[in-house]
Amino acid sequence: MKTQRTKIGSNRLAGPSRRKILGAAAAGAAAMAASPFWFNIARAAAETIKIGFPVPLTGPYGAEAKQQAACAQIAVDEFNAAGGFNGRMAELLVRDSKLNAGEAATRTLELIEKDKVDCVVGSLSAAVQLAVNNVTKTRKVLYVSISQSDQITAMPDYSRYTFHEALNPHMTAGAVARYVLPKFGKKVVFLTPDYAFGHELVNGYQAVGKELGLQMLDNVLAPIGATDFSTFFPRIQSLHPEVLIVNNFGRDQLNTLKQVASFGLNKQMHIAVSVLLYGQRLAGGPEIFEGVVGGSNYYWRLEDKVSSAKHFNAAYRKRNNGAEPSDYGAYGYAGTYAVLSGIKKAGGTDTEKLIAALEENRYDPYKGTEYFRKCDHQAVQSVLILEAKPKAKMSNQYDVFDIVEIDPADEKNLRSCAEEGHV
Amino acid sequence: MTAGHLVLPGTRGRRLVDAIARHRVAAAVAGLLVLPWVMPYQALAVNVLVYGLYAVGFNLLYGYTGLLSFGHAAFFGAGAYGCGIAISRFGVPWPPALIIGTAFAGALGAVIGGLAIRTRGIYFAMVTLALAQCVYAIFYQWVSLTGGENGLRGVNAGRLLLFGWQLDLIDPTTKYYVVLVFVALALWLVSRVLDSPFGAVLEAVRENETRARACGYDVRATKFLSFVLSALVCGLAGSLMAIHLSVVPIDTLNYTTSGLVVMMTLLGGMGTFFGPFIGAGFFVVVEDVTTLYTDHWQLVVGTIFMVFVLFFPRGIWGVILQWLRP
Amino acid sequence: MSPNFLLLQAFTGFALGAIYVLLAVGLALVFGLLTVINFAHGAMFAVGAYIGIFVFGLTGNFWISLVIVPLAVGGIGLVVERVLVRPLYGRGIDYPLLLTFGLSYVLLDLIRILWGKQGLPFDAPDALSGAVDIGIGYFPLYRLFLIALTAALLVGLWLFIDKTSYGLVIRAGARDPEIVRVLGIDIARVWLMVFGIGTGLAGLAGMLAAPLQGVFPEMGTPALMVAFVITVIGGMGSLVGAVVAGLLVGLAESFTAIFAPQFSQLSMYVIMVLVLLLRPQGLFGRAGLLG
Repeated sequence: MKTQRTKIGSNRLAGPSRRKILGAAAAGAAAMAASPFWFNIARAAAETIKIGFPVPLTGPYGAEAKQQAACAQIAVDEFNAAGGFNGRMAELLVRDSKLNAGEAATRTLELIEKDKVDCVVGSLSAAVQLAVNNVTKTRKVLYVSISQSDQITAMPDYSRYTFHEALNPHMTAGAVARYVLPKFGKKVVFLTPDYAFGHELVNGYQAVGKELGLQMLDNVLAPIGATDFSTFFPRIQSLHPEVLIVNNFGRDQLNTLKQVASFGLNKQMHIAVSVLLYGQRLAGGPEIFEGVVGGSNYYWRLEDKVSSAKHFNAAYRKRNNGAEPSDYGAYGYAGTYAVLSGIKKAGGTDTEKLIAALEENRYDPYKGTEYFRKCDHQAVQSVLILEAKPKAKMSNQYDVFDIVEIDPADEKNLRSCAEEGHV
Repeated sequence: MTAGHLVLPGTRGRRLVDAIARHRVAAAVAGLLVLPWVMPYQALAVNVLVYGLYAVGFNLLYGYTGLLSFGHAAFFGAGAYGCGIAISRFGVPWPPALIIGTAFAGALGAVIGGLAIRTRGIYFAMVTLALAQCVYAIFYQWVSLTGGENGLRGVNAGRLLLFGWQLDLIDPTTKYYVVLVFVALALWLVSRVLDSPFGAVLEAVRENETRARACGYDVRATKFLSFVLSALVCGLAGSLMAIHLSVVPIDTLNYTTSGLVVMMTLLGGMGTFFGPFIGAGFFVVVEDVTTLYTDHWQLVVGTIFMVFVLFFPRGIWGVILQWLRP
Repeated sequence: MSPNFLLLQAFTGFALGAIYVLLAVGLALVFGLLTVINFAHGAMFAVGAYIGIFVFGLTGNFWISLVIVPLAVGGIGLVVERVLVRPLYGRGIDYPLLLTFGLSYVLLDLIRILWGKQGLPFDAPDALSGAVDIGIGYFPLYRLFLIALTAALLVGLWLFIDKTSYGLVIRAGARDPEIVRVLGIDIARVWLMVFGIGTGLAGLAGMLAAPLQGVFPEMGTPALMVAFVITVIGGMGSLVGAVVAGLLVGLAESFTAIFAPQFSQLSMYVIMVLVLLLRPQGLFGRAGLLG
């Protein structure tokens, strides 16, 4: 059994996502990982900087998760190519969270207790990142989460070890409302999934909507796991809204839009989605998305305006046969970049110093300057409003959206610190 | 339904099996004492403990009483949520919270069991599955209490001063052995139940319901008791899981969690005392190791499971037992 | 609330019910005649959708796919029955259930390996896209087509089982396999055929559902749950039960959606619990079956 464990240890490092570790650091780390964990000695100064990265490689968001890991690896490679920090190289330890909060918690325990990571970045669902956060904060390990949630930056989930690189529902809804309500009309029906993410979005719309004159005709709550939304359509049609705002995500959103198109709802009202995903648009095809407007953290055409986007796209294309990075992939890059730039600023991986450095840091990973707000560690950043292009206007297969508006990075678009329960 | 652990009077291997049976709790605990040192990491070892106990509870119903439930996630989840809610929402210290979680699972077991034992055979499997789905839906909707889709967070057991002894559950080794104490206790209880006359009635019901009834046993009461007992053990496992992970994911109640325990029990050897733990350990390790090489661990696990169903229905321990006994 | 609105809501529920019937009928058929619960029914549903996409990609013709998919998935079903399920007959009623549970894991990952994890688009053919005025409001043509096709399939299935000599053997085999065997009929072949038809129907349902909800590896899981619930409500193994329960669940879901949309899916579980309490064998189930 002992020999088998040694094999497991060395294979962990030889895994596909961990191939690109630099020579000496890899050998040292391999020797450490290969030794039984109770023999692990105190960490030496020149040791590798380890970043744990739990993402759902298996399961429905496997493709997005792979993108996140690949983009995070770009950030690590760039850091190492620039000499690391005082000769210390970074290493990304990717673990499969299986889109299951329990599995993610177990994997995070592994990363902290066995691999002794310096910090954790990652996750692709609110439930999973909240679980990871609970594990990291009770063990005083720094965590940069990269999936949408309002709760993670608010009490009681927030801790000083928690940083949130992704957008949150409040910011996203606000940006979409500021674009959609003046342009398409104020009579709105929401189709909302009946879980936290959906409710947080609606709260966001209502908060911002007060000033914009939002008239919420109805908020139709769709149950979990629903794949057929048609039973809600007669009700939506009978209310005659000017805009239907669809608040679900991923495949559910794709199904909704599909059914919306087949019932002809898109001919009777404007259709907006809160989060418009690049990957889902590629999967769903141009027809059902045509004319749909939505919010996003990133779209590769931002490179026309922002130089860091150009740099990030170029690095991604080089590794991926000219394909363009996705929005959620970019989060993986940005979260990892934030930590690594923070380590340089902090002068090491000491968690307390790193927290202080991240609170001060101004960084520009991929979309312009961002910073973590001090009270809740939410990354203050811009929100893009995208409109899906019709097939005829696409110049190539990746050219799927127009950036119709950029909601600038501004703390006033966030909930106040008091609202989130911070004193 | 066949089972590996059949002690028939007069068989040649009886003495050997009796010897194992007499010390089975001690043997199991001895094995579990060294487990954290042979597993890839301690959190995984705790998973084996917890899932093993979950499988022991399930085995009580399936292996010993012959009732295939496809809804045991409800009890595992009820334990986890019961314990987790007590800690995170009401600030109960973890030892009484464990009792609360276990009791809650037992109560739920009484309700679901009371309904389900009205049916038999495949119906029983489907009814338990469906009722467990109802439990899932209720917990999902009750966000203020359970955290809904985001799961329950803040199940932070932390430190506890116990008889002048500082117990820190953040420390992985301490956590493992604390959990082991409860698992050992449950194993001892289960072993006592199986050794009692009631244990004999369970197997009589499994082997032939009509005959058991003809012998004057109250089959319905036996099934009901077995169901509740099983729910209690699974509830304790769930409670321990909540403390282990410090969160309770909504997936805990998903039907896949029910399927998981069926797979573990069958792989290890249903109707045997050691089988559930061997199955849980095997499953957890196979999944962990496979994940290193491929994203497609379900393919590997599913194939292994099918091979066992087809060729080794007695499971790993069942096969070993058969081989040990001429 | 206008009567037209209620009528449209009812019709929407009816259409949804038709899809549910299609989903459940294969499961009910296999269960009724073989007493095998096919846990891989949902996976076969997904396989059907993917084969549909594959054939559509080759031929560009929806209707050819519609013919090939049930045959192909039915063929897979034949192999599964012959190689995996048959050795388990007589070994206890749980074993086929456990085996197909494992099989559903394997099929899910095979789909991911062959076609990726991301999911693929699949649209209704142009002739069936768009919505038409049905007098009470606009309704998607494709859903109307599904109702008609489901009805036609059910009639076909009923004629086959009730009116043909082959169907007679199937019914006799369900009632008493021993007698059938004594009469010199190869009952194993009958079971093989029925399993093939059942899985073929699952595949067909998957392909037909694809334009409604898209195609992704895990699409079979919610489908399996719905099929189970409907089979339990209707009475396991009863085809009539599956039809009635499917429509009932669709209507219940649609009307709950008016008043408490977030509970619309819970409604089917509530119906099921009520049925189990009042009539444990299901609406049309035979009492004591598999006792």
